[in-house]
Amino acid sequence: MVDLSVKIGKLKLKNPVMAASGTFGPEYGELTDINSLGAYITKTITLKPRQGNPPPRIAETASGMLNSIGLENNGVEDFIKDKLPKLSKIKIPIIVSIAGEYDNELKELAKRLNKIKRINALELNLSCPNIKRAPLGFARGRQGAQMIAQDKDATYEIVKAVRRSTALTVIVKLSPNVTDITEIAKAAESAGADSVSLVNTFLGIAVDIETKRPKLGNVTGGLSGPAIKPLALKFVRDAYKCVKIPVIGIGGIMDYKDAIEFMLCGAAAVQIGTANFVNPDTSIEIIGGIRKYLAINKIKDARSLIGKLEI
Amino acid sequence: MKRLQCGISENEKIAQSFYKMRVESLYLARNSKPGQFIEVQCSDGIEPLLRRPLGVHRILKNGIDLLYEVVGKGTAMLSEKKAGEEIDLIGPLGNGFMLNEKTILVAGGIGIAPLLALAEQLAYSKKQKIHVFIGAKTKEHIICAEDFKKIGCDVSVSTEDGSRGYKGLVTNLLNKLFDDETIKPSNDTTIYACGPVGMLKTVARIAKTNQIPCQVSLEERMACGVGVCLGCPVKVKGGEYKMVCKDGPVFNAEEIAW
Repeated sequence: MVDLSVKIGKLKLKNPVMAASGTFGPEYGELTDINSLGAYITKTITLKPRQGNPPPRIAETASGMLNSIGLENNGVEDFIKDKLPKLSKIKIPIIVSIAGEYDNELKELAKRLNKIKRINALELNLSCPNIKRAPLGFARGRQGAQMIAQDKDATYEIVKAVRRSTALTVIVKLSPNVTDITEIAKAAESAGADSVSLVNTFLGIAVDIETKRPKLGNVTGGLSGPAIKPLALKFVRDAYKCVKIPVIGIGGIMDYKDAIEFMLCGAAAVQIGTANFVNPDTSIEIIGGIRKYLAINKIKDARSLIGKLEI
Repeated sequence: MKRLQCGISENEKIAQSFYKMRVESLYLARNSKPGQFIEVQCSDGIEPLLRRPLGVHRILKNGIDLLYEVVGKGTAMLSEKKAGEEIDLIGPLGNGFMLNEKTILVAGGIGIAPLLALAEQLAYSKKQKIHVFIGAKTKEHIICAEDFKKIGCDVSVSTEDGSRGYKGLVTNLLNKLFDDETIKPSNDTTIYACGPVGMLKTVARIAKTNQIPCQVSLEERMACGVGVCLGCPVKVKGGEYKMVCKDGPVFNAEEIAW
């Protein structure tokens, strides 16, 4: 029997496969078995409700898709009162994805969620390409707004503030829309993150040449799907080489072979996103595939694959 | 809803760029309602990646029909599938139509797809008069008119170029027949409409003017089809978004912020 378990901070996962935030959930009903996964990650929540971006929010591109959802959610209080009780059938660890537009928002969210028993970890979404915040020290809405994960100092400050307000495992989700991923990953680690997950989506545009208009209502969106996998692998390997905390690999994973590529490049665990829309059983099939791969190659535990890229 | 590998028993071009696919599935035959849709996987690989949401066109004894227009890569691949092959489907999804008494159906283009399933159910279960308005670009683009006539519907056709029936938009024809009182709605009449958003908006206005309830089936780009990705919003009155896949695709026309 092979061992697929992995530890992320205080979190013990029975296997290294999770579904990425906003791509999976009880909405799939009987189509798949959530409890087979390593953990369940919620759609990102914010302190106050957010309406999200105008339609269209989805545009399909070559072997991928652009989305500009814009973090539509009903806010943290609705999550605690309404959404969380409905997750009672979920027996695996629950990771709550949180985001904020201004500096105190993530800290307040972390505090609010800290004492809720059913929650096992937080994933800080510092990298949603569809919302922007002003750089540190500037008023909200000012020009030059960017993602927190594009600024190493902002990343450090916010992760530190969250770290101080919660005992939960803290995963920091990073953006690939940066020049140097290593300085951001290191900032998250030195501020006390238990893990970094990467990559979030790549900023992109798709155009309808008949109307000469962008295909997305928000003009730009985030690219995901198999189209981004080679790019994501490079980011994961770069991050793995510069931090000691576990790296969670994300980006276009469609099957177990993709997942193993990420593990060899340094991922201790992986998240499956866009593939869920095509086949809601993707994660379960990947878990089976990894198990088989380990058995055939006479490898006892999945952990021994991490970062074993032979150069 | 289930994910199913279904056998294709027919996949034929019925006019211009329109195709009809018959798939075998007792589950879909027994569980689909008019107005619901199916997420159809067009490719075995990653290009195109996402499934295509197609309305349930007919509900048969041992399966369902899907009617689709070839508009891009995914639907082109779909049109190349042969009888005897299998296809990967998730469904039935969405809410479906609420069945009412006397009805008027309005279809624009491929928007005809879900209305045949509705008309057949209404004709068989309620045995009542159905008036169908079909709007198409040209006479070559008119589809399903015979299917509606076969079950006893009155069919009025409009074409944009006037090559058959009324010349102009189907909504102008609808308006005209209301104005000259060819159609006299009673208080149990309902309008069901599916087609381009501009058409639906006008149908909704006509319905409101004549104080007739109206249900519209909406279309939007989708990824998941089940309400998890929040990718297919429609703005409702009051300003918030609802999801076409999960809260719809059928909405009360009064509810939409047109």
